[in-house]
Amino acid sequence: MEKRVVFHNRFLPYLLVAPQIAITVIFFFWPASQAVVQSVLREDAFGTSSYFVGLENFAALFEDDYYLNSFKITALFSTLVTVLGLGISLLLAVTADRLIRGATVYKTLLIWPYAVAPAVAGALWGFVFLPGPGVFAWLLSEMGVDWNFHLNGGQAMFVVVVAATWKQISYNFLFFLAGLQAIPKSLIEAAAIDGARPFRRFWTIILPMLSPTLFFLIVVNVVYAFFETFGVIHSLTRGGPAKSTEILVYKVWYDGFEAQDLGGSAAQSVILMAIVIGLTVIQFRYIERKVHY
Amino acid sequence: MIERRPIADAVGHLIMLAAIFIVAFPIYLAVIAASHTIQDVSQTPMPLLPGAELLANTARALFDGPQLVGVSGATPAIVLLMNSFIMAISIAVGKIIISLLSAFAIVYFRFPLKNFFFWMIFITLMLPVEVRIIPTYKIVADLGLLDTYTGLILPLIASATATFLFRQFFLTVPDELVEAARIDGAGPMRFFKDVLVPLSRTSIAAMFVIQFIYGWNQYLWPLLIASDYKYQTIVLAIGRLIRAPDAFYEWPVIMGMAVLALLPPVAVVVLMQRWFVKGLVETEK
Repeated sequence: MEKRVVFHNRFLPYLLVAPQIAITVIFFFWPASQAVVQSVLREDAFGTSSYFVGLENFAALFEDDYYLNSFKITALFSTLVTVLGLGISLLLAVTADRLIRGATVYKTLLIWPYAVAPAVAGALWGFVFLPGPGVFAWLLSEMGVDWNFHLNGGQAMFVVVVAATWKQISYNFLFFLAGLQAIPKSLIEAAAIDGARPFRRFWTIILPMLSPTLFFLIVVNVVYAFFETFGVIHSLTRGGPAKSTEILVYKVWYDGFEAQDLGGSAAQSVILMAIVIGLTVIQFRYIERKVHY
Repeated sequence: MIERRPIADAVGHLIMLAAIFIVAFPIYLAVIAASHTIQDVSQTPMPLLPGAELLANTARALFDGPQLVGVSGATPAIVLLMNSFIMAISIAVGKIIISLLSAFAIVYFRFPLKNFFFWMIFITLMLPVEVRIIPTYKIVADLGLLDTYTGLILPLIASATATFLFRQFFLTVPDELVEAARIDGAGPMRFFKDVLVPLSRTSIAAMFVIQFIYGWNQYLWPLLIASDYKYQTIVLAIGRLIRAPDAFYEWPVIMGMAVLALLPPVAVVVLMQRWFVKGLVETEK
């Protein structure tokens, strides 16, 4: 889209975009290109010079069991966060949508976890599940579970999934509710007159009408689970115990800063870059479809 | 709804109330923990009803910081909160200003490289900190910006989302306004300042809410940049505190701090709910 009427000035537009472009080049493009360059270099033992090693860093990564493990953990973590988060918020949105009274109040009371930082969400749930004072930890051990998420990898995964999902429910809920409210009531009434029961109406009308929202939210949730949950992992488990919650973004940070493996960390960055580009392309192709919908 | 189903309605209200209760539960517990002495909280399980120490613990969190055996440099929450406010407000305002300017250039001028710049801004969406983590750290270090507010803020104020949002809005502004401004002899900057920015008020408010929360909740970036405790944000401090090695955890004070850390962004969302929802929905267009 273009404006019909524009201003004419040879230098002003460059001046106007300059701050944004300067930050983009200095802090985005240059470092990203450096990550690509470093991913094909290796530093010598003294860290004084580096030499070209081709794709060796990548080859090393895919032979590294910890890295493959981190991939599996990320896949499990993001699937759980996406499926649970979408399932719970869809149930809540459908419930709130059919209640005439109270829907707005419920909305206000459910949206605020969006504002809580992932690291703080981790701290809150870590305390609820803390062996000793934690109330849920106590309930679980009363039920006979040998509960200590600082020692048990499966339990650690459970707690980080709970904290990450909790924070995302409000976002999903808002979008589902907006999607539901945009479905014309006449369609649902027509189906009801034809004798379709509520469940039938949900499967044959509401869910298909909601599918653009659903696809969009799947992409957003996967991006969230991949890239925005570092704070949850770092505050709750530090990737442990025994690397059982070490998702990819945690590993790229850990290998680069704690283990000082620059080449390996840069190669991981490049792989993450490919993932985020793929997800963005999917998201925008989908959005283009939504425009014609 | 179509059918009158009083039982289903009652079940619906029950589901919603249960969900609200579960969602609020960890925060309720944090407040309860912050209202007891450390001895009370160390019971299994901790008490579920409020105690009398809330003010004392909050004051300790604000002015002393929790005591951690083996960890030096507990920072009082008042300093942390100030850092968080400085960071969140500067990021939000910075993003809004540079995005308004670049959206103005892209919509209201025709110049070579315009599409090139537009794509450059777009591509930043695909380059989150995590995919360029060490080189970005290195640049900030080379510029001498580690442990400075500039280092915490400046690299985060480029914004594709804000630029798109403002571009989208500018495209809906009638062309007659430009013509009228021209006839009245106003130059582009005058038009920008006196017509366009005032018209964009609601978009700016929506963007402010979203970006304030974004800035307040930053974690990985301050973790890299603020190694000096003086520049820590409250969110970063919480993440560091609850896994401090071999520490004696002063839970009432730590949980009091966690509540202080979530109160400002939650207040912004609840009080500015209309703009918040608008901002969320519009940035995803």
